[in-house]
Order: sequence, then structure tokens, then C-alpha cells
Amino acid sequence: MAVETKIMNCIMCPLGCEMTVTIEDGAVIDVKGNTCPRGAQYAKDEVTAPKRMLTSTVGIKGGLLPLLPVVSAAVLPKGKILECAAYLRNVTVQAPIKTGDVVVKDILGLGVDIVASRDMEKI
Amino acid sequence: MNQLYDVIIVGGGPAGLSAAYSAWENGAKKIIIIERDRELGGILQQCIHNGFGLHHFKEELTGPGYAHRCIELIKDKPEIEVLVDTMVLDVLRNKTVIAVSPAKGLLQLEGKTVILTMGCRERTRGAIRIPGERPAGVFTAGAAQRMVNMEGYLPGHKIVILGSGDIGLIMARRMSLEGCKVQAVLEICPFSNGLTRNIVQCLNDYDIPLHLSHTIVKIHGEGRVTGVTVSKVDEKMCPIPGTEFDIECDTVLLSVGLIPENELSRGLMLEMHPLTSGPVVDQHRQTSLPGFYAAGNVVHVHDLVDFVSEEAEIAGKFAALEAQGKLDKNMRTVKVNPIDGVRTCVPQKLSLPQGGEKAKLFMRVAAPQRKVRLEVKSGDTVLVSRMLPVAKPSEMIAVEIPAEKTALMGDEITVGLKQ
Repeated sequence: MAVETKIMNCIMCPLGCEMTVTIEDGAVIDVKGNTCPRGAQYAKDEVTAPKRMLTSTVGIKGGLLPLLPVVSAAVLPKGKILECAAYLRNVTVQAPIKTGDVVVKDILGLGVDIVASRDMEKI
Repeated sequence: MNQLYDVIIVGGGPAGLSAAYSAWENGAKKIIIIERDRELGGILQQCIHNGFGLHHFKEELTGPGYAHRCIELIKDKPEIEVLVDTMVLDVLRNKTVIAVSPAKGLLQLEGKTVILTMGCRERTRGAIRIPGERPAGVFTAGAAQRMVNMEGYLPGHKIVILGSGDIGLIMARRMSLEGCKVQAVLEICPFSNGLTRNIVQCLNDYDIPLHLSHTIVKIHGEGRVTGVTVSKVDEKMCPIPGTEFDIECDTVLLSVGLIPENELSRGLMLEMHPLTSGPVVDQHRQTSLPGFYAAGNVVHVHDLVDFVSEEAEIAGKFAALEAQGKLDKNMRTVKVNPIDGVRTCVPQKLSLPQGGEKAKLFMRVAAPQRKVRLEVKSGDTVLVSRMLPVAKPSEMIAVEIPAEKTALMGDEITVGLKQ
């Protein structure tokens, strides 16, 4: 059985806890150094299927600004982030928009919506 | 128009908004926020990434999301007035604020108290004197962030970033997401000045190399940047001859530090601190001039907006109390001296009523260290002691001193690190 330990920094919050993660046959069996349960979960995901939030912008017509900031409603597979960002570069919406409005439903079939992260009134 | 305000707030970013809400909560009846940009929210509106608000709102928010929360709190309150697109030209020692806007012309406002929340600005190429040509394509990271996230322009396609502070790291990821190639991030220090999580998710995720102890020694290009010459530096941060190499790029982004924006504070002749570059304040965030308060990045550059809000709420509360004549006038002053590895500490002094008062200290260490003990002492008496697994200059350390401990303080206390 292959047991391996890895030093990993949690990215769930700005604390950035340094964790010692023990991996056996590709599965996390122990996490030390995390301050909260989110750290342990992050370590498990990072070893098996790393995920990231995505923040970017889309075009908006009729608003105060030409761009609307957006955020993924949940984490996306890390390997799909660049593809999602490229997709968003060609999206344009119409003002008015409210914080939380869905801008892209189920992006690339990954089961996650992209939502507006600010209000943009029509001007 | 001469109206007397309880609290005049200069700057409508997170500090100004949090100060306004707190002043309102603490009974101020006439509050005004003056903001020079076209909308409230300050720099948060261009920080579209997430990671904000975990402490303050107990939820992970984007920058605009955090701003939205702060704006919602002050909106539709008859006691809080907001002026946007209005530039404060001068603040006088008698608490007169002179401002100008296209809509209202020249304004003169009188306050019982003034809170300074102007934030900070970026150091530029001139501030660090990078030699070479003077081509287009050299931007501060924050200016590029505003272009990419709010205005809809790309500053370039092939990027080199100088400085590994958080804005530089965030911009490395942002430019990658917009389809640009980030060639490298260069850091003159032997360690990064950004949060570890940003090294992981902004550089490692995108295979962007981080060269520590390296700097740009020449920018090339006629008309437009064509590349940079990079050199390794020694422990005195001087370039080592013979270690130079070239990187091709059309854009250089600078993330080389932030400076609190204190032109108004200097005009007021407030006592300034040479290391924080902000006004000296007590734990209420009152400056050396009675009735003038300051909070947020104008006092010292923070790494978390959550702490900016916390500090601004303190300023808002005490300004409101002072405006209502409820502030204890009979207080003694205790000086706070950072020693042994602690570079700066805010507040720099405490104003204590009889019986003491709870106070929170925000510190930065001079160099990264592991497993150190932070001690707050009055003479030889240890008031608070805390073990820190890691202490980094990029991560502000906060420690609270209970009221009963502040009552034990002499005329000065020290905060320092012990192995």
C-alpha cells in the first residue's frame, strides 16, 4: 500500500492553514493542521477531484458600466475553469440586473449556474 | 448652505460605509458620506474575485457583493446622506469640509466630527525607479484591474507582473482567465507578500512561475513594451551582475505596494506614523486632532476588508458618541510600542477611561517566522500572550486585550515576538 504525506495550503479562506495530508492509495486518510472542517473537505477534494470557484465578467448593455461581474453559484471542476471563462467572454446581457440573477444557466452542462455579483441599473 | 452634520465621512468605500452604518447605529442623526467616484463601494467594485466577508458577514462574497451588503445597510436611511461624484478639496481643522461636484458646484459642510476613510493608492513605476525605456504598456495592477473588470479593455496579451502582493497574484489569474499569457511573477523579497491561498489558486493553478528574489532591471520597447530584463537580487535587494535574463512581454503590471492616501490628513497637520504612512490613532480611531477619526486603509494598509469594516465601525461609533457629547473626556493615554519583530501596531496609543476598556491591536511582523509567541506587556507584566504557528508580514495579526487587563497598564505597553 502506498502511503504518502503532502503539505498543502487550504484556500477556503484567507487564513490559508498549512495542512499535512496523508494519502493512502489515492484516498485521503488523515488531515492535520486545519482550523475548521472546510480544510479537511478541501484536502479530500484536492486529492481526488479539485474544484474552484470562478469569477469573471460578461458584457452588459444599457447599464452604468459595459461589464457585469459574475460568480459561479458553486465550485466547478478545476480542469473546466478556463473553458468556462472562455465561454463567458462571449456572453452579453441586458440591464437591469440584480445581484444573484442567473446570467448563464448550467454552464457547459456542469450543473452550476453563473450569477451576477452586483446590481446594475438601467440608465 | 451651512448645515451642521454629526459626522462627515470622507470616502465611500468599505471603511466609509461601515463607519456610516455604525455612526447611525450609535445614535448620530445627521451623517454624510462624500465619494469622488460615480458610485459607492470604492475599490471593492473592481475586485470581482471572491474571498471577502468571511469574518464580517460570515459568508464568502465577491468584492462587489461585499460592497452591495454595505450599501444595503446605509440605504434608505433619512439620517444618512450620500454625495457621489464629489471630490473633497480640503478639510479644515475647524471641521469644515470643502468639496466640489458637477451637480452641486462648490460645497462647504460643517461637522461636529469628521471620519477620514480615503483608502490607499498604488505605488507606481516612478516610486520604485525601474530603469529602461518609457514605452506604453506599463500599468499598476489596480489600474489594469479596473480596465479589465469594469471598463472593458485588455491592457495587453503577454504579461509580466512585478510584485507578488495580492493584487498582483489576483491579476495573474484574471489575465489568464481573459485568455492572456502571464509569463512570470517577479518578487524582490525572498518571500511572497501575498496570501498563501492566492499563490495556490492564482499562480500554481495556471502554472505561472514565481521568481522570488528577482526584479526587473530594464524595461525594453519603443512605443510599446517588448520585454524586460530580469535579475536575481542579493540579500540587500541589489541586482547580482551576471544573473540577468530576458522575458518577452507586451505589458508590465506593477503590484509593488500601496500607500495610504493622506493628502487631506497632512493638510490637517495630523500626527502621522512613518511606517504605516497613516495618521496615529487611539483604539477609538481618533487621530491626534480631537474630533477627527480615521479608519481603514488610510490608517494602515489591510489585507482583509473584514478588518477594515471592523475598524471603521469603531471609528463610526466613537465619532457618533462624541457628536452627541457622550464620549468620556477624562481619559489617560497609554503608548503602544512595537518591539522584537513586530514592525507596526495600530492603534499606536490607547485612551483609557477609569477601569480600563477592551482594546484590539492589529499588528504586522517584520519578517516571516514560525512558532513564535506574541506578548503584550506592561513593564515586565505579561498582559496577553498568544502562540502563533506562523507569522508573516503579509498577514495582519489581531489580538484583543480585555478591559480588566488594560486597567493594569502603565504609561506604555510593548508588543513583541518571543521565540
